[in-house]
Amino acid sequence: MISFISRRLFHLIFILIGVSILVFLMLRLIPGDPAHLLVGEFASPQDVARIREKLGLNESYPYQYLIYLKHLLSGDMGISIRSNLPVSQEIWDRFLATVELSVAAIFLSSLIGIIAGVVSSVRKYSIFDYTSMVMALAGISMPIFWLGLMLIYLFSVLLGLLPMMGRFTMGIDYQPITGLVILDSLLRGHLPLLADSLKHLILPAFTLATIPMAIIARMTRSSMLDVMSKNYIRTARAKGLSSRRVIFQHALKNAFLPIVTVIGLNFGLLLGGAVLTETIFSWPGLGRYVVDSLLARDYPAVQGCILFFAVIMVIVNLIVDLLYFYLDPRLRIDDKG
Amino acid sequence: MDVEPQLATSWSVSSDGLVWTFKLRKGVKFHDGTPFNAHAVKVSFDRVIDKSHPFHQYGTWRYPALGLGPVKEVKVIDEYTVALRTEKPYAPLVANLALWLCPILSPAAIEKYKGDIGRNPVGTGPFKFVKWIKDDQIIVERNEDYWGQKPHLDRIILKAIPEVSARFMALQTGAIDIADDLDPDSIQMAKNNPNFKVIEQPSVNVGYLAINTKKPILSNKLVRQAIAHAIDKQTIIKTIFRGLAISAVNPFPPSIWGYNFKIKDYEYNVQKAKALLAQAGYPNGFSTELWAMPVSRAYMPEPVKTAELIQGYLAAVGINAKIVRHEWGAYLDKTAKGEHDLCMLGWLGGNADPDNFLYGLLHSDNSKPPAANVAFWQNPEFDRLVKEAQELFGKEKRAPLYLKAQEIFHEEVPWVPLAHSTIVRICNKKLHEVPLRPNGLNSFQMVWKEK
Repeated sequence: MISFISRRLFHLIFILIGVSILVFLMLRLIPGDPAHLLVGEFASPQDVARIREKLGLNESYPYQYLIYLKHLLSGDMGISIRSNLPVSQEIWDRFLATVELSVAAIFLSSLIGIIAGVVSSVRKYSIFDYTSMVMALAGISMPIFWLGLMLIYLFSVLLGLLPMMGRFTMGIDYQPITGLVILDSLLRGHLPLLADSLKHLILPAFTLATIPMAIIARMTRSSMLDVMSKNYIRTARAKGLSSRRVIFQHALKNAFLPIVTVIGLNFGLLLGGAVLTETIFSWPGLGRYVVDSLLARDYPAVQGCILFFAVIMVIVNLIVDLLYFYLDPRLRIDDKG
Repeated sequence: MDVEPQLATSWSVSSDGLVWTFKLRKGVKFHDGTPFNAHAVKVSFDRVIDKSHPFHQYGTWRYPALGLGPVKEVKVIDEYTVALRTEKPYAPLVANLALWLCPILSPAAIEKYKGDIGRNPVGTGPFKFVKWIKDDQIIVERNEDYWGQKPHLDRIILKAIPEVSARFMALQTGAIDIADDLDPDSIQMAKNNPNFKVIEQPSVNVGYLAINTKKPILSNKLVRQAIAHAIDKQTIIKTIFRGLAISAVNPFPPSIWGYNFKIKDYEYNVQKAKALLAQAGYPNGFSTELWAMPVSRAYMPEPVKTAELIQGYLAAVGINAKIVRHEWGAYLDKTAKGEHDLCMLGWLGGNADPDNFLYGLLHSDNSKPPAANVAFWQNPEFDRLVKEAQELFGKEKRAPLYLKAQEIFHEEVPWVPLAHSTIVRICNKKLHEVPLRPNGLNSFQMVWKEK
């Protein structure tokens, strides 16, 4: 298993080099001068020229790339053009907000999705099955933007039950330790903040969870149906095992491989930030940052974000693969051989 | 509109117009306790205008060049007197100092924070900076040691709500008290809701259609006048701005002194436009390109729809305009180089001085690529008037020159000025004394809120 992990980490290097070249070229092939964008329509031509010089945009592409790579190797992702701050710090601050939202969303979607999927498969063609699968279809097709605004209108404006923006109430006393509000409130024993931040999570997490929830439910159902028709399930039933044991120990565990893949994939995507959800709920996360950076042609920021996403995707995939080892004993034997 | 004294209690200018002497307010302290004096003013200026100043490297200084360019030296005369020397007489200076080009900051804080001063501002204002959470909120609190009338509010939280519908809903839930940049539909709903106050004020901006006078057909004045007659500004204001703008006649809005009220706009008249085109030698019209801005601004809220409307108006008089779109960086770049025929742009003249519009956007000094004068218009008489007005002191002396310059602009039509938009803010009706400044900056000093 260790050789497996080290092999995968070795691959990571090539993936990162590939991604960095790709991003580097892509950004520079789009028309438009970042120096001009940076200073805006109210700037003098001299300013534009000075900024170009300062950003090194007058150098040749290969030279710009080598400089970029050199800095990257020393852990320096560059300085954001817009904010003048290190990109790594900018990304990290917003990533923590995104992690909080993504973990909540993936938890919610896995919990509800798996339960709905299992019940649907066990009660195949029942009212519950039809209803939940129609709802899953609706969930996949739901425009997130519309759903988010409707949830705000219903729960915040009309009913006044839940907060609609940000990670906690404006101006509440919050002293960050890790930057994860929920964790920090626990560490500091600040219960009002814990309650407040959890309340703030409900609407955005639910909005963000809709699509993965629907995908997970449908995947669970089909994977379960597949497993339930296998011979060993018939054998298990023939042995006289309770139907609960058959479903949860024999069927679900075997049906879990594709479900884990789907959850992992979606989690990786969520960690890349959710532009729409973050925008609607004024969530200071990574998705909004990437889009804003892209629109402002903030080269270092966009490059940093995409590299960061590549690393996250590789790590999440690695974790999913390791879970396979746990779930499927046959893989462990193969690895030894 | 006029400049009022704050940190400088009075000022005077030398007879040759080159040295401005400012008397400073005594007994003022920065938020960190550092005393405010001539030294603080010098440091704050020097770091902006002096390229060899140790703190110059920490900024990009994108705006100062606009209005502080002629300032060459800042001299401390005594503890509370400071003198600014300009390389040529430059009348708009005082108006420019009222902008955010060069805030007076605590010298101790400049030293302490270096490049991070922007994230830890230490000034003298009625509110002190407390905290900034990126993409989320900025918190400021009352400055108990403020030299002027102390503010009523204990604390203000400035919250970033990127989605415009969510912003209005946040007002409805009472989570926020005041919001700006709302869409016309929300503004309409707020007007019908007794819980809100809608505050409107004319802005000091202009949205315009620039005509590239270097292009063969468009270099003909009659053609440009025909274009001015062809465009129905009232409909643009009704449909695009939903009435939240006034139709523009001159390059700057009537709220700024020196505005020429005598000039009558080119009426919307298809027949006149056609006749002018025929007179110019294009009875069957011609083909041209109309560049549409890719981003929306207060002075141009829906640039593409506006371009489509203008395209229709031009077609009605026989001008076949193809709409061209570029991404914003490319748009600014290419229009500055003069690759366009007709292009849409705008300007916010925050210092409320005609010079900001007339010199910056229409003087031939600014018509060499990359140009801010995107009409590439060069008119010696206009140039002379605007240059002369820069070197005269006193509005009463400068205004007649600007009145004349606007007449030339009107006759020559390097732009079709489209609209001056209205700034709208919506606030909770419990909020009082909410001021609006035409340049869009906020002052919350006098604001108070009912319990």
